Amino acid sequence: MIRVVLPTPLRTLAQVTGEVQLELEGPVTQAAILDALEGRYPALRGTMRDHVTHKRRPFVRFFACQQDLSLDPPDTVLPEEIASGKEPFLVIGAMAGG
Amino acid sequence: MSGVRLLIGTKKGAFVLTSDGKRERWDVDGPHFIGWENMHLKASPADPNRIYASPSISWYGQQIQRSNDGGKTWEAVNNQFTYDGDAGTHMWYDGTPRPWEFKRVWHLEPSLTDPDTVYAGVEDAGLFKTTDGGQNWQELPGLRRHGSGPAWQPGAGGLCLHTIIQDPSNANRMYIAISAAGAFRTDDGGKTWKAINQGLKSQGIPDPNAEVGHCVHHVAMHPERPNTLFMQKHWDVMRSDDAGDLWHEISGNLPTDFGFAIDVHAHEPETIYVVPIKSDTEHFVPDGKLRVFRSRSGGNEWEALTKGLPQSDCYHNILRDAMSVDRLDKCGIYFGTSGGQVYGSNDAGDTWTAIMRDLPAVLSVEAQTLP
Repeated sequence: MIRVVLPTPLRTLAQVTGEVQLELEGPVTQAAILDALEGRYPALRGTMRDHVTHKRRPFVRFFACQQDLSLDPPDTVLPEEIASGKEPFLVIGAMAGG
Repeated sequence: MSGVRLLIGTKKGAFVLTSDGKRERWDVDGPHFIGWENMHLKASPADPNRIYASPSISWYGQQIQRSNDGGKTWEAVNNQFTYDGDAGTHMWYDGTPRPWEFKRVWHLEPSLTDPDTVYAGVEDAGLFKTTDGGQNWQELPGLRRHGSGPAWQPGAGGLCLHTIIQDPSNANRMYIAISAAGAFRTDDGGKTWKAINQGLKSQGIPDPNAEVGHCVHHVAMHPERPNTLFMQKHWDVMRSDDAGDLWHEISGNLPTDFGFAIDVHAHEPETIYVVPIKSDTEHFVPDGKLRVFRSRSGGNEWEALTKGLPQSDCYHNILRDAMSVDRLDKCGIYFGTSGGQVYGSNDAGDTWTAIMRDLPAVLSVEAQTLP
């Protein structure tokens, strides 16, 4: 079981509260998690990555196990802690201000 | 007595206001889509409970939301706007070519006859259409492939298609406007388009007959006079009586001919409204006075409407989609400000009241006359 934490605006859009739990078959990668998320919650399509190119949106980042995974290739296999559900996969909206 | 619903798009959410036909007391519902920029909301003329909204935010992109119950509840529909084929390039600010890239929806225009058909004007400039209530969006690529497309250059707000007007007497005719390319007309349902910018004089364009490059801010039409168009250009208020083939200036005695919003009285096709704004750097009303100007003669002769509006220390802007009229008798007129106020008049502009005073900056106001 994969645990995913969405930022508040996307939880509202997907109409979920708390963590999202996903079951994945095959390698646990960033792309596989996003595919599963968008499959279950179609309203999230296009909000984290481009519809067609799947390029990550500039102000969205992915964290897990205290690491920024945003720049890793989407098909990189994620740490075992994510696959086992010990640690959540975090979708973060960039914190901007000033 | 029928009523009015106001659909208010703001920088941080959307609001739905309703009133009876007196238009004196308003019920406020919202904010919806909290934190998202709501460039535009509009209801279907064919089904008053069907409303479309276009929240967007730079973090998470574009949503399209649909309501089937007059704005009480909403559901997300498809938000994919993919240009048809190889999108090519338009011109960037510095004159270099730049690939077309979808950024956001500026304007939604539901069909006059079918609640499931909607047109969307987007940045970078393109026109999209859904015929299934927003489940799928297809570009009408003939507009972008107008031969002038590679020469289109963004205005300060982006290369945005912000105005869509359907001709109620001719289903194949539609007008659109793009900043800063100009106005275009189709007579074949969107397959091909003609630039309709002759007569526009724009500072900074050496060729007085330039086909494109004009910073059209907004266009308005009275449904009973579909060949007569009124335009608020970056500078100049303009009029055409031949479906846009030729324009002439009607700025007349306005204190400044810069502005964004323009609209037409619901029952008097020669009565038009603008809100002059100081440009180029201020972008607020001149002299600290919030004044709507009305012409009852189709332009040139304008009167300031001030009763109930602040006449000192006011420094707001009124954006292009932030003014709208209802179709009751007397005609109601409404506008929203960059300072978060929504003003309304239930007597065609003679007197005004502040319906809302403390919203986020208002981006759009649509008045919907309820049956």
